[in-house]
Amino acid sequence: MMEFFASGMQIFESTLRVSTPLLFAALGGLLSERAGVVNIALEGLMLAGGFGAAAVALSTHSPVAGAFGAIFCGAFFAFLYGIFVIELKADQIVAGTAFNLLAAGITPFLMKVLYDSSTSTPSLPLALRFQQAPIWASWMCLALVWAWLKFTPSGLWVRIAGEHPEALDSAGIRVKRVRWVSVILSGCLAGLGGASLSIFLASSFSRNMTAGRGFMALAALIFGKWKPIPTAVACLLFGFFDAMQIRLQGVVLWGSDPVPVQFIQILPYLVTILVLAGVVGQSRAPRSLGIPFQAK
Amino acid sequence: MRLIEKLPQVFKPIISVLVGLSLGLLVTKIAGEDPWNVLGILVRGAFGSRYDFGMTLFYTTPLIFTGLSVAFAFHSGLFNIGAEGQLAMGALALAAAGIQFPNVPAFLAPVFGILVAVLGGGIWGAIPGWLRARRGSHEVINTIMMNFIAAGLSSWVTLYLLRNPHSQNPETDSVGAHYLIRQFSFFDGAPVSMAFFLALFAVFVVWFILWKTVLGFEIRAVGQSESAARSAGIDAAKMRMIAMAISGGLAGMVGVGEIMGNAERFRVGFSPGYGFTGIAVALLARNRPFAIIASALLFGALHKGASDLDLETENVTRDLALILQALVILCVSAEGVWEVLGDRLKILSKKKWFNPAVSVEVSEDQASGLKTKV
Repeated sequence: MMEFFASGMQIFESTLRVSTPLLFAALGGLLSERAGVVNIALEGLMLAGGFGAAAVALSTHSPVAGAFGAIFCGAFFAFLYGIFVIELKADQIVAGTAFNLLAAGITPFLMKVLYDSSTSTPSLPLALRFQQAPIWASWMCLALVWAWLKFTPSGLWVRIAGEHPEALDSAGIRVKRVRWVSVILSGCLAGLGGASLSIFLASSFSRNMTAGRGFMALAALIFGKWKPIPTAVACLLFGFFDAMQIRLQGVVLWGSDPVPVQFIQILPYLVTILVLAGVVGQSRAPRSLGIPFQAK
Repeated sequence: MRLIEKLPQVFKPIISVLVGLSLGLLVTKIAGEDPWNVLGILVRGAFGSRYDFGMTLFYTTPLIFTGLSVAFAFHSGLFNIGAEGQLAMGALALAAAGIQFPNVPAFLAPVFGILVAVLGGGIWGAIPGWLRARRGSHEVINTIMMNFIAAGLSSWVTLYLLRNPHSQNPETDSVGAHYLIRQFSFFDGAPVSMAFFLALFAVFVVWFILWKTVLGFEIRAVGQSESAARSAGIDAAKMRMIAMAISGGLAGMVGVGEIMGNAERFRVGFSPGYGFTGIAVALLARNRPFAIIASALLFGALHKGASDLDLETENVTRDLALILQALVILCVSAEGVWEVLGDRLKILSKKKWFNPAVSVEVSEDQASGLKTKV
């Protein structure tokens, strides 16, 4: 029990580490959703980014290049997603589900082609991985997103694109263009989220390695009421649950059975449902979220 | 004339499927495989022998249930992405009942089992229905969250309450022998059971409820226009709760084929994403119950056929099934494409050699017909 408390610092550190991919992805989701485009595809964007990061880091021997690979892959997937949901007006939830399936299928497919293994990429030596940089980078991104949305005219356009796209349109700003920028940036950030799994927290990309973190990021975003700073706090909270859950695996605290970690695992989703139902605070989505925009 | 109006409605999904499958097969060229060869393996893997066909039907069964589940909720205007969690809870409830009450008389046990599975899934589906109706929170988010909660909860129940002490795998004890339903020897050991006919029966029941009962009419009215339904005196919130409960119950029936017809126990993670494929099944069938049979068969065949790719090709794995599914969904859902094509048809119709009267109607039909439904 004592050693358990003594390791408080360790838990703080691992909380910061495991919330990094969540924070990246949640910020990505935030940009897209504030502009009015639902992003269920976060999970798939993360997978694409995670794979891109590992593949590029392996071939260039540079983690920084890997991060750019992640940004590129995430942006490319987001570009395809944008074609469907912004231009072709496909249902955003259907298309998002499809992109998750696509990423879950295409990453092992490419792994098999490139590395002759459909389970994981070859593991990266320590020198080709990040040590702490992604943590700092994710909080930098938070500051940038927060400042952009709050203080710049283009940030205002993003917010209006999600609330009253017609107003933006009559002010002469192209709604579709604003949404395009947001969705592409969303892909870049979610890609970095994937990268922080494959070349930061782990030493390779393995199949379906996000394991629901894209959805957890979505939950954090809703829990954070679609606002940057509360979203970051939610990411930290969910990261803390995750760190505790890893720590408590197999630990016997009382009685004879180990702590049932499943209950800690479901906490993020449970609190999200509660907050959305207005039991804990109130969370409201952007008004025009999910509605394709058609200029008159 | 009427035929021409009808044709695109039937052909659009078929064209979309063909485009999606072709794109997916072209992807295998990257892996240095011959797409025709891959197609051959898919077809042979799915229909090549009695056993293969049986496995295809085995995968088709849960997809009919989840397809119906998604479609039913959709008719009330709700998007149920939670079939994955609902089927897990239905199956878990069935397993728990089968373990706790092994001595239910043989003639009652299957019926009892089915009811418990429906109830398990139904309650899990009713929760987001209630949240939407009474608290106004969006069912898409809630059903996604409920999927993860179901995964955690079912894994906990399996490991701590119902664990099979003789197995290292995360699975429960086996259910009472009375619960097992017979498999057909025709399929050389493939676990096709009466659950397949239960699925066909469910298709009929869903069709009957939606189009032949007052309840179904009211549910569809809410789905078409909530405000219009309200002013006609229909309790929209109640209808949506009922629709989500039925939707969840349909997903819960996946447990019947899995537990009573196949594994005899609940295995954590037994579903390879039946709930998500159900979205594709419903989308392709445009939420029509009878079309769901064909649509589920397609995706069942894809799943079975792709599982042979691991062994029969050098570089392509069963993951191709996911890629094909995704591409089919995208091709079916990209309704804007038809609008663009519709505009082209309109331009064409201005030319003399194209019968103007017919083509304008076709293009308008295309433009408006797809806008109303997904």
